[in-house]
Amino acid sequence: MSDDQGDQGSPPPRQLQAGITLAKRYSIQEVIGIGGMGSVYRARDMHFPNVTKLVAVKEMINTAPDPLVRETIVQNFEREANLLATLHHPSIPRIYDYFTVESRSYLVLEFIHGKDLEAIINETNSFLPEHQVLSWAIELCDVLSYLHQHKPDPIIFRDMKPSNVMVNHSGDVMLVDFGIAKTFQSGIRGTMIGTEGYSPPEQYRGEATPSADIYALGATIHHALSRRDPRLEPPFSFSERPIRRINANVSPEMEAVVNMALEYNPESRFRSAADMKQALTVVARKTGVLVGTKVQTGPVNTGGIKPLWSFKCEDEIRGTPTISQGLLYIGSYDSNLYALNAADGKFQWKYPTDGGIVTRPAFFDGNIYFGSEDKRLHVISARTGKVIWTYYTDGPIRSSPRIAEGHVFFGSDDNYIHAVNLNTGRMVWRFETADAVRATPFVIHDLVYTGCESGDYYAVDFRGDLKWRFHAKRSITASTVGTEQALYFSSVDGTLYALDPRNGWVLWRFRLGKPSISTPCMVEDLIFVGASDSFIYAVESRSAKEVWRFRTEHQVNGSPVIYKDSLYCGSVDGNLYCLEYRTGRLRWKFTTGGAVTGTPLVYDDIVYIGSTDHHIYALLA
Amino acid sequence: MDKFFRWLSGNKKPSVAAQDVANTAPLSEQQIQAIVSNQNPRFDLPQLIASCGQSVGKQRELNEDSLLAISATMAGNAGNQPFGLYIVADGMGGHQFGEVASNAAIRTVAGYILRKFHPYLFHIKADSMDESFQEIMQAAVSEAQRAIQREAPGSGTTLTAALVLGQQITVAHVGDSRAYFIYPDGRVEPITRDHSLVKRLEELGHITPDEAVNYPHRNVLYRALGQGEILDPDIFTVGFPQPGYLMICSDGLWGVLTEQDLVRSINEASSLQRACQNLVNAANAAGGPDNISVVLVQLIG
Repeated sequence: MSDDQGDQGSPPPRQLQAGITLAKRYSIQEVIGIGGMGSVYRARDMHFPNVTKLVAVKEMINTAPDPLVRETIVQNFEREANLLATLHHPSIPRIYDYFTVESRSYLVLEFIHGKDLEAIINETNSFLPEHQVLSWAIELCDVLSYLHQHKPDPIIFRDMKPSNVMVNHSGDVMLVDFGIAKTFQSGIRGTMIGTEGYSPPEQYRGEATPSADIYALGATIHHALSRRDPRLEPPFSFSERPIRRINANVSPEMEAVVNMALEYNPESRFRSAADMKQALTVVARKTGVLVGTKVQTGPVNTGGIKPLWSFKCEDEIRGTPTISQGLLYIGSYDSNLYALNAADGKFQWKYPTDGGIVTRPAFFDGNIYFGSEDKRLHVISARTGKVIWTYYTDGPIRSSPRIAEGHVFFGSDDNYIHAVNLNTGRMVWRFETADAVRATPFVIHDLVYTGCESGDYYAVDFRGDLKWRFHAKRSITASTVGTEQALYFSSVDGTLYALDPRNGWVLWRFRLGKPSISTPCMVEDLIFVGASDSFIYAVESRSAKEVWRFRTEHQVNGSPVIYKDSLYCGSVDGNLYCLEYRTGRLRWKFTTGGAVTGTPLVYDDIVYIGSTDHHIYALLA
Repeated sequence: MDKFFRWLSGNKKPSVAAQDVANTAPLSEQQIQAIVSNQNPRFDLPQLIASCGQSVGKQRELNEDSLLAISATMAGNAGNQPFGLYIVADGMGGHQFGEVASNAAIRTVAGYILRKFHPYLFHIKADSMDESFQEIMQAAVSEAQRAIQREAPGSGTTLTAALVLGQQITVAHVGDSRAYFIYPDGRVEPITRDHSLVKRLEELGHITPDEAVNYPHRNVLYRALGQGEILDPDIFTVGFPQPGYLMICSDGLWGVLTEQDLVRSINEASSLQRACQNLVNAANAAGGPDNISVVLVQLIG
C-alpha cells in the first residue's frame, strides 16, 4: 500500500503563494485560473513602481518523470511563446516575457479584467441575450480571420471554446490559450488535439484547417445560446438539438448561421471566418435590437378533464386503491375501507376499523388484507366485506401488506416486520427493527426486504433471520421495487439507492434535490421517483444517469405508476399529472381540491386516484 | 505403429479451412449441451476464475497496452463474495508515450479501487460503504485522468475496467477497448460502446457499417483518458452472465477477429488459459497489426 501512495498519491504541485516575486519582477497576487498543467496568476509588474501594472502569469509545471516527455512539454511551451510574440490584434493578449525556473515555465501576458465565457454561461441563470452573443461572435470571427490570414502560413487556433474566450470589463472578447494553436501547412496531418464537443469531425482525423475553427466557433455560439454543454453530449450531435427548440427567443436567422458553421462537411460551411462575420452582420441588421418574445409552451390540456365519476369519503384519502373483479377497494382517514363499483363509483359496502387507513389493500384468494392505525391487520371477504380474521400488533400499521408464498408480510410502528400465515392468521415470526416500519416489504427469491424509520434497511430470510443490513443516513419510508439484479428505494436522506439484493452493497446512488418518501417504479431500463423538491425524476437503471425531471408545484410524496406509454403521479399541489414517460413531457393534469399523496391505480384505461379533498376520482387514462 | 498414427491423426485439430466451413452452420443441440456441461463444473460457492493473454503483435515494436486481472473471494457478513478487478488500457498510438498513459491508468484505477476495498477484504468492517460502486469507479477514473495529465501530458489511453462483486459487474469505460459477454450458445454481446470517430460516424449514418471496416481513421478516438478537461466515462452495472464469460480486450484483438473467431477460440480450448492463448494466436495469425490484450473471466458455482 505504502508503495502505491508514493507513486500516485504525490500531491499536485503547490501553487505559488501571494507575495512571492518571480524573476525579481512579478509579484504574485492571486490565482485567477487553474489549467491542466499549472495555475494562472494575477501579478504586479514591479518594474513600474509608481503605477500598478497588472499582468497575467501563466504557469506550466513540468511534472512528467520521463525525460523525453519533459522535453516535448518545454518545446510546446516555447512554441506558444514564440507564436504569441508575432501576433498583434486587439482580441489577442500581448505577451511581455517568458522564462523558466527549475521545472516551472512562465508566460507573462496582458492581464484581462473579466471572465471567461464558460463562467458567464454557468453563472447566468437564464439564456444570454442574442444580441450579446451576436456581438461577441462577430469579434471572434474577426480575430479568427486575422489568424487564418497570417503570413507566411495561416494559424489555426484549434481550440475555440467558451473557456478560451475572455470577456473583458468593457464587453469585448479576447482569445486566450494558444497552447495548441499551430501554423497550418497543408497536407501535413498532426495528432488529434482539441476539445471534445467543440471540434469538427475532420479535426479528429488530424486535419487542422481554418474550417475547423469555424465549426468550433459555431459550437461555441450554440453552447452560449442553448446552454447545453456539448462536452456532455455525443460528438457532432448539434443538429439533434436545434437552438430554437431549446431557446425560442433566438431568431431563425441566427440559428441558420450557427447551423451553417456546424455543417458536417467542411465544404458546406462558411468559406472563411470573414464570410461568417458577414452573415452575422446581416443577422444583426435584420433583427435589430432584439426584443425577447415570450417562450411558447405547447398546448396542454389542463381544464378540460372531467372525471368519469368521483366518490366522497368522510375524511382524507392518502392511500392507494386496489381493484379486483370489478370492485375498487380504498381506505380513508375516516377509518373505513370502502368497496365501490369500479365502473360507476357506486358504493357497495364499507368496513369500519378504529383508525385511519393509509395502506394499500392487498387482494388474495377472495379476501382483502389491509392494516389500520388501530394496530390491526384486517382480513375481510372481498365480496361481502365480512371479517375473516384480524391480527394484532403493538403499533399503528402504515405499511401495506405484501402477500407471497402463503404468507402476508407487513411492518408496524411497533418496530417489527410481521410474517403471518394466510390460512391460520397466526404469526410465523416477527423480526425486530430499530424503528417503526412504514415501508411495504418487498419479496423476491425467498428474502424479505424493507427499510424503517431509523434508516436501517434489512434483508430477512423466510425463517425470520437477518441476511444482511444496510444503513441510510435518514429514514426509509418509501417501499422498495426491484429485480434479481437490484433493489431500488428512496430515503429521507435525499438519495435514490440501488442495492445488490444478495449482499446489500450499493451499486449506485442518485442525488435527489430533497428528502423522498416516494416509492420508485420501474419500466424497461428506467426508474421513476418523486421527491419533496417537487420533481418527478426519470433515471437510467444501469448507469444512474438522469434522463429527465419534471417539476410540479409542490412536494411529490406519492409514487409514480406507468401505464402504456404514460406516467401518472400525484403531487401535494393537488394535481394528478400524466406525462410521456420516455421524455417527461406533460400530457395533461387533473386538479383535485387537495394534496394528492397516494399512488394512482391504472386499470383498463382508467386511472383511479384519491385526494385529501376526501374524494376518489376515476379518470380516462 | 499404425494404431499410433491413427490415434495421432484422430486427435489432430481440423485445418483452418475445414473449421471455417463447419462453423457457418449453427451448433447442434448436442454440441451445445457438451459445451454447457463442460463449462459448468460444480462448485458449492460462487467464485471467479480468470486468465489473460498479451502480445505485442506482428507489426509494432512497442507494447502500449496495459492489463490487470485480480480475482479473490471476500469473506463477509453475507457469506463469501467473489471479488474481481479486470482492466485493459490501450495507450494511444497517435500520441507520444502511449505506454506511459496506459500504465498510469491501470496503476491509478486499480490502486484507488483496492484502497477502497482494503478494509473489507482484510479487516472486519461492520459499516456499509459510504460510496456506491459507480461512485468509486467514477472517482478512480478522475484520479487516473489527473495522473496521466501529470505524468504524460498530451498522451491518452483507452480504459475498460470491470469491478466484480458478488454477481454484479460495474464497468467504467472510455475509448475503444471493449467488454463482451460471450455465451456458451455462441452469442457474443458487446456491453460497451466505442468512443471512436468511426463508430460515431456510423451512428450518425455518415458511413455504412461496411465502409466503417475499411475507414482510414479507424483508431481515432473522440474520448480518451488523459484528454480533455471534462471526462465523461460510461459507467454502468450489469449482472454477470451465468453461464458465460466476461471478455475485455483491446482493438488489437476485436479489430481483426470476427465474432465466430472469438467463440471458436474459446470453445475449442480446454481451459481459460488455453482460450486466451488461442485468442492471441488467432489475432496474430490474422496479421497482428496492433498490440493484443485480452482478459477472460468466468463466474462459476
